[in-house]
Amino acid sequence: MIIPTFIGMTLLTFALIHLVPGDPVELIAGERGITPERHAILRAELGLDKPLIVQYGNYVWDIFHGNLGKSIITKQPVFKEFLTLFPATMELSFFAMIFAITLGLPAGIIASVKRGSFFDHSVMGLSLAGYSMPIFWWGLLMILFFSVFLGWTPVSGRLSALFWIDADTGFMLIDTLKSNEKGTFISAVRHLILPSIVLGTIPLAVIARMTRSAMLEVLTEDYVRTARAKGLSPSRVIMIHALRNALIPVITVIGLQTGVLLAGAILTETIFAWPGVGKWIVESINRRDYPAVQGGILLISSLVILVNLGVDMLYGVVNPRIRYNK
Amino acid sequence: MKLLKYLMLFFAVTAILLAGGSAHAKTCVFCSEGSPEGFNPAFYTSGTTFDVSSRPMFDRLVLFELGTTKTIPGLAEKWTISPDGKTYTFHLRKGVKFHTKKNFTPTRDFNADDVLFTFDRQRDKNHPYHKVSGGNYEYFISTGMAALIQNIEKKDDYTVVFHLLRPDAPFIANIAMDFASIFSAEYADMMMKAGTPQEVDLNPVGTGPYMLVQYQKDSIIRYESHKQYWRGAAPIDKLVYSITPDASVRYAKLKAGECHVMPYPNPADLAQMAKDKDIKLMQMEGLNVGYLAFNTEKKPFDNVKVRQALNMAINKQAIIDAVFQGAGKIAKNPIPPTIWSYNDKVKDYPYDPVAAKKLLAEAGFPNGFETDIWAMPVQRPYNPNARRMAEIIQADWDKIGVKAKIVTYEWAEYLKRSKEGEHQTLLLGWTGDNGDPDNFLNVLLSCDAVGAANRARWCYKPFDELLKQAKITSDVAERTRLYEKAQVIFKEQAPWVTIAHSVVFKPMRKEVVNFKIDPFGGHVFYGVDIK
Repeated sequence: MIIPTFIGMTLLTFALIHLVPGDPVELIAGERGITPERHAILRAELGLDKPLIVQYGNYVWDIFHGNLGKSIITKQPVFKEFLTLFPATMELSFFAMIFAITLGLPAGIIASVKRGSFFDHSVMGLSLAGYSMPIFWWGLLMILFFSVFLGWTPVSGRLSALFWIDADTGFMLIDTLKSNEKGTFISAVRHLILPSIVLGTIPLAVIARMTRSAMLEVLTEDYVRTARAKGLSPSRVIMIHALRNALIPVITVIGLQTGVLLAGAILTETIFAWPGVGKWIVESINRRDYPAVQGGILLISSLVILVNLGVDMLYGVVNPRIRYNK
Repeated sequence: MKLLKYLMLFFAVTAILLAGGSAHAKTCVFCSEGSPEGFNPAFYTSGTTFDVSSRPMFDRLVLFELGTTKTIPGLAEKWTISPDGKTYTFHLRKGVKFHTKKNFTPTRDFNADDVLFTFDRQRDKNHPYHKVSGGNYEYFISTGMAALIQNIEKKDDYTVVFHLLRPDAPFIANIAMDFASIFSAEYADMMMKAGTPQEVDLNPVGTGPYMLVQYQKDSIIRYESHKQYWRGAAPIDKLVYSITPDASVRYAKLKAGECHVMPYPNPADLAQMAKDKDIKLMQMEGLNVGYLAFNTEKKPFDNVKVRQALNMAINKQAIIDAVFQGAGKIAKNPIPPTIWSYNDKVKDYPYDPVAAKKLLAEAGFPNGFETDIWAMPVQRPYNPNARRMAEIIQADWDKIGVKAKIVTYEWAEYLKRSKEGEHQTLLLGWTGDNGDPDNFLNVLLSCDAVGAANRARWCYKPFDELLKQAKITSDVAERTRLYEKAQVIFKEQAPWVTIAHSVVFKPMRKEVVNFKIDPFGGHVFYGVDIK
């Protein structure tokens, strides 16, 4: 299945970006304009003068030779650019997900156990609000309140501009720990707080709602009643017997949301000036930087497939009934 | 609610942990608007790229005096021009040091070899560096340098002679532009021998006031002061560009003290910025013009009376108020008032719908006609909201019976189609590169520019002759006279409706001193200090 999915992905990304009207050469020239002769020379240099099918063939051929091409704008290898930016996306997605799970899971469990209570209604109401919140507005609101009004957190970026450290791994928390400069690690942590909360808001809402509804379903089942009748403590019934079975849909949602975070943190990245891949791809689309868009989307979709594979394997760990047998 | 309390507590603890902080060298943080395309200014045309490359890191033979469009000696101490205007002899400055980097320690000062390397790389297809890093020298080609320079001769280590194929008055202003930034030939040789020639473009060595230390893509650019800079070391030790694409976030960072200077504020934030006691709001007229061009090759716009009538029908003040929100001035000439030879005696068409209707009837259109207005899909300094501007013009023209349909395309498509002349009327504009009137008039309105930047497709011989004459005359008084005359003809013939010159705003923290607004739209930090 992987090969056809992969071919499909390359075809889709290639077709989509080439279907969008626009011409990178025209954009480079801007208002000044460019003579038709020079325009033809530049298109030929970029390989854009060849028929689309040939361009696609070259693209796939290069991929199978491990070459994603070079950016039209920066002339840097696409893979290298991706590797530079991806750690930032991963770091942010990881902490956003930690935030979403640590708050969403307990909130969902408590809401289901105390069904119909004030807490339940609050969790449901807040999660609906969180899910519907326009991220751009939410991010700016958080910045205005916590950074400008209270002055508790920095406005944007990954590290205070006053610290000069080497970005060896691209993971700011690791890099700051490695550099022995005082205060850098805390600065990196502070910079992570607001973007993690903003990016984690939607997954938090989804996880809370999903946990609640899965738990409600499980809590009414016979074996839970039996467990209670056996005299097990309520916490053991909920945490061991009920939750384990309720986790399957929750893990699915977490897996899907992780994919979304890796690929789609564009708005959060833009507001918080976070140098991740989402923003890079959007800018590449605007500049019609074909190799960067194609390569970037291909790498991200491959990662999403990997995440989903990981989720499938987790099912078996959580629930022994779902083990993969021949 | 408990959760919220814990969250607040967490923030508070972290904030307390961070109170205090260590002493740092004098640092200036600029919240820039985007990532550069690269660090070699010869390859690119965007201001964002020049801000990080040519402006902090390089010098040119001729420089622009900061805050003006006047050319002053740079790496060339002085120059002479032969009587026929075809030979320029530059006498180079002695004792100019290049940057010292981790991988390069210069063994000699700047000399003629560096000038030859910089220009030969761009013009000679067989130069070993010509193709390195893609080798597209857009500015060098589009300013006509490639077709102008016959050869460059090194007389001695400190004398370089440029032989031109024809006299070209804007030559000095042209080589003061970013693409002519001088690179180190010694560093280039060393990198070529090491097999990493692209390092010259990725991690360049120049003579400018700041040295590049680190670039983290889409995030941060760090520079250190070049202590041996020939004009004296910059007062700021460290310069940091914190890349912040969103204007509201840039403003929040400025308010929070996370950056000292920000570019491109939202027009809606200006009033609040002006009231903020921690923020200084500097302003200057931009070196730009926003216009509506008539496609003079198409009927009825080949008729000068129609063009004049449509000029009279537009209420420009309403556009300044609604689109520029006051941050603009009505334009009457195709060049801004900050450029020499601006003809203030030219009278603009008054806003007079009655006279316009009468003139239109004289032209044979008593009941008006149907046309289109192309509106750009992007925001530009010379036009912050083309759609809104088009709507106002549409309503104004409707009053004299001209029914216009607003058309727009994706930006690259817009540029391409308008270059090919598909439009009837279109909104566009221009920001000057070098402060020479030729850079507006010749680029935008000459016969040679039809099919490129001359979107009015207006080729009017009496006007074109004046431009040609001015281009080969080196006497500034004579050139001024010719350009003033050209502006009179332009107004009579009305190939455009000149709409506005925008005003550029630069908000900065009050502790920033000696910042000067660059009329070319750049951000220059040499000389800036933090008190």
